[in-house]
Amino acid sequence: MSGRSTIILAAFAVLGLATLSSALYSVSETEQVVITQFGEPMGLPVTQAGLHVKVPFAQEANVFDKRWLEWNGNANQVPTRDKKYIGVETYARWRIANPLLFFQRLRDERGAQSRLDDIIDGETRNVIASHDLIEAVRTTNRAFEKGEEAEDIMEAESMRQIELGRDKITRLILERVSHVVPDYGIELVDVQIQRINYIESVQAKVFDRMISERKRIADRHRSEGQGKSAEVRGKKERELKVIESEAYRKTQEIMGRGDAEATSIYAEAYNRNRELYRFLKTMETYHSTIDKDSWLVLSTSTDAFRYLQSQNAAGNAGKTVIPSR
Amino acid sequence: MATQGVGFDPEEFSRLAREARVRLRGSRRPLTFIALILVGLLALYSSYYQVEPDEVGLVTRFGRFVRTCNPGPHAKVPFGIERVQKVPVQRQLKQEFGFRTLRADIQSSYHKDEKTEAESVMLTGDLNVATVEWIVQYKISDPYKYLFRMRDVEETFRLMTEACMRTVVGDHSVTELLTVGRESIAAKAKELLSNMCKLYDNGISVQQLILQNVDPPEAVRPSFNAVNQAIQERERAINEAWAEYNQEIPRARGLAEQKIQAAEGYAIDRVNRAKGDAQRFNALEEEYRKAPEVTRTRIYLETLAAVLPTAGKKLIFDEKAKGILPMFPLGPVQEVKP
Repeated sequence: MSGRSTIILAAFAVLGLATLSSALYSVSETEQVVITQFGEPMGLPVTQAGLHVKVPFAQEANVFDKRWLEWNGNANQVPTRDKKYIGVETYARWRIANPLLFFQRLRDERGAQSRLDDIIDGETRNVIASHDLIEAVRTTNRAFEKGEEAEDIMEAESMRQIELGRDKITRLILERVSHVVPDYGIELVDVQIQRINYIESVQAKVFDRMISERKRIADRHRSEGQGKSAEVRGKKERELKVIESEAYRKTQEIMGRGDAEATSIYAEAYNRNRELYRFLKTMETYHSTIDKDSWLVLSTSTDAFRYLQSQNAAGNAGKTVIPSR
Repeated sequence: MATQGVGFDPEEFSRLAREARVRLRGSRRPLTFIALILVGLLALYSSYYQVEPDEVGLVTRFGRFVRTCNPGPHAKVPFGIERVQKVPVQRQLKQEFGFRTLRADIQSSYHKDEKTEAESVMLTGDLNVATVEWIVQYKISDPYKYLFRMRDVEETFRLMTEACMRTVVGDHSVTELLTVGRESIAAKAKELLSNMCKLYDNGISVQQLILQNVDPPEAVRPSFNAVNQAIQERERAINEAWAEYNQEIPRARGLAEQKIQAAEGYAIDRVNRAKGDAQRFNALEEEYRKAPEVTRTRIYLETLAAVLPTAGKKLIFDEKAKGILPMFPLGPVQEVKP
């Protein structure tokens, strides 16, 4: 083999390899390719993954992503319809649905991102600005559960019923954007409100409101405590009275019963001989009424002393001193 | 002319290598031989790969997905014709919101900054503000979808989770969020996120969503604490009142019972005495009836005998002794009764 033929062979080999590498191209699972010939798009986009062939040198493979792609919005400062300044952050996921159109209109992803910024941010502002804040915060009209220790003192405004709610608001944004983006070969798969926050100056006011709200709740707890304890004390007072008066009633009743029974017993017994009873009772009275300070003025005509006069004096008992009924 | 899915067979490969060696043995060029051996070694090296126990390997040939491999050693077509991507399908993955674990240990250390704070601050349904920290645990349930459907799955999953959590918190009051609603909020957010994963078809299955610290914002925290304090005060006031009640009422009941018992005693006393007196009287009367005159006199005299000595002054005069002025020594009386 001569040296020249070796060189020619090598040149052919290099040429062949270059042609082969230009003719073959691989498409991954995540890619789709638009073939252009001198800049002019040729045929349908290649979406099937694997090894593919094109005309070498003349045709160019333009690779686009086939997956869902990111779009993360910036924090938009928007006034809501009820004049609340909030920051809204949205995110969206989109894909290149028509790579040819996408290629023609936007060239590449960077172009797409800036276009999506315009469209999605704009629509988000529009939708948020034409609704009250509560519509973007709440999803349903469910009633709040009341805490076991307090039913909350709600701002009238926050208890308002919503018409749309967060879900429908995001659907609305999605719908509106979805009308526009097919022109760019883009399909918008989802838009979500990622964050809503008050802007700083509003937040300070909200905090003030929260503080005063909590203060009201705290005050109510305190007065409730005072009220409840007064209630318990009142109950106590009442029960004390009930107990005491009932005890009084019962004791009087019982003592009365005892007295009555005793009286009837006495009456029954003494009725058998009233004269004797009177006599005995009188005698008993002497025992209890006469003491060392008593003066007794007795006549000798008294039964007890009549014998002082004469041993057989007539017995007429002087009852002058003895008080008798 | 895309090469279609013919599985790569390592035995076939080594057979070819053997044949190549046999053919080369006759060659007179040792340099070529060495070069070929080097190429062979490189091929061997780039065709071997290993899948760890918690992973699966997804093999693509010229970018096209051809097969999934389970854990263990495997071979593929070398020189970048087949490529493998490993996905940890068995691993429990975790994302944190509102904080980051710096070092997980017995005593884990956490990190918070402006970025994590922005994640945690959110509006509640009563238009208040709260900070919520939470974690979500998930697994890759479909490695194909996980790899090929979405460009930045993990970051997208973060955003999805934030959106879901805010949606759910936005439908609860701040009180619910801080007290009774914690569990149901976590459950609802998890459900919402699972549904969203299905919608996005991202190959992720949500395992757990757990709320960590849920607090009112720093600036209003003292007033929330004041509410708790007020609740404590309320409870204390009520408890004190009940304590008084419990101290006094049983005592009053006892006292009442005492009075009743005493009354009862009084009644019994009265009755018994009456009975005794009556019986005594009856007995006496029975005897009296037998000799009334004598008994009467006896009792009368006995009484006088008992009573008269106790009297301080006694004056016995005769009605018939007229004209005589009885003398009363009044002095001692004045002494006794001043």
